Amino acid sequence: MEITSRQEKNTTVVTVQGRIDAVTAPEFENYLSDLISKGGRSFIVNLSALEYISSAGLRSILATAKKLKAEQGDIKFSGLQGPVEEVFKISGFYSIFKIFDSDASALNNA
Amino acid sequence: MEVLSTIKVPAKLEHLHALIDRVSNCAKEQGLSEKRVNEIEIAAEEALVNIFHYAYREQEGDVEVSCKAERGMRFIIEIVDRGMPFDPLAVPEPDTTLDVAERQIGGIGVLLIKKLMDDVTYKRDRNQNILRLVVNLKA
Repeated sequence: MEITSRQEKNTTVVTVQGRIDAVTAPEFENYLSDLISKGGRSFIVNLSALEYISSAGLRSILATAKKLKAEQGDIKFSGLQGPVEEVFKISGFYSIFKIFDSDASALNNA
Repeated sequence: MEVLSTIKVPAKLEHLHALIDRVSNCAKEQGLSEKRVNEIEIAAEEALVNIFHYAYREQEGDVEVSCKAERGMRFIIEIVDRGMPFDPLAVPEPDTTLDVAERQIGGIGVLLIKKLMDDVTYKRDRNQNILRLVVNLKA
């Protein structure tokens, strides 16, 4: 798993590549947690290069979203594809989160 | 039923990748698609992580994972532990319609197993939990 982030005005775009499984999910959650503690409140998580996600990954996403909600923050997702999209659909995450085709369309939807 | 591969390791998260790699390689050798292999990896991870967390509580114990093939018709991942009796199929399905604030994560792992596999069976045999994840090889 590899995580990078960049700032687009007030929004942090986080790109995660590879696999979020039970072993790597805590690192992913800590990464987002750090950004929130540094004041980040608006996030787009780009999943276009994510190959794999299990319920451990969904758990860290949900924990992050709950944390952000308590701070009046916001998290959106972009670039879902393949098995990651399938897992989002089965778990109901597709309907509880804001999902966009691209970072650009997520950024345009304030 | 032909046994393709068996691996037995302590039921600990540090062995997850070794177990998933083994299952994944077996699935690829059956000629399954990349997508199907990915789904099998997810289902196997969910089943294994449950065992790591709950089967032995404070004690140590092993988990054994076997890949099996049945007359070229079905690919089966059999996961055996000697921990507490636990039937994952009896776990209630989560309410997937609740919003972020209300939503709980419990049960999603088992839901993924059920939705991604063609069939799942559980039995308690003597002191063992035997979970089988079944994948049809022919449509």
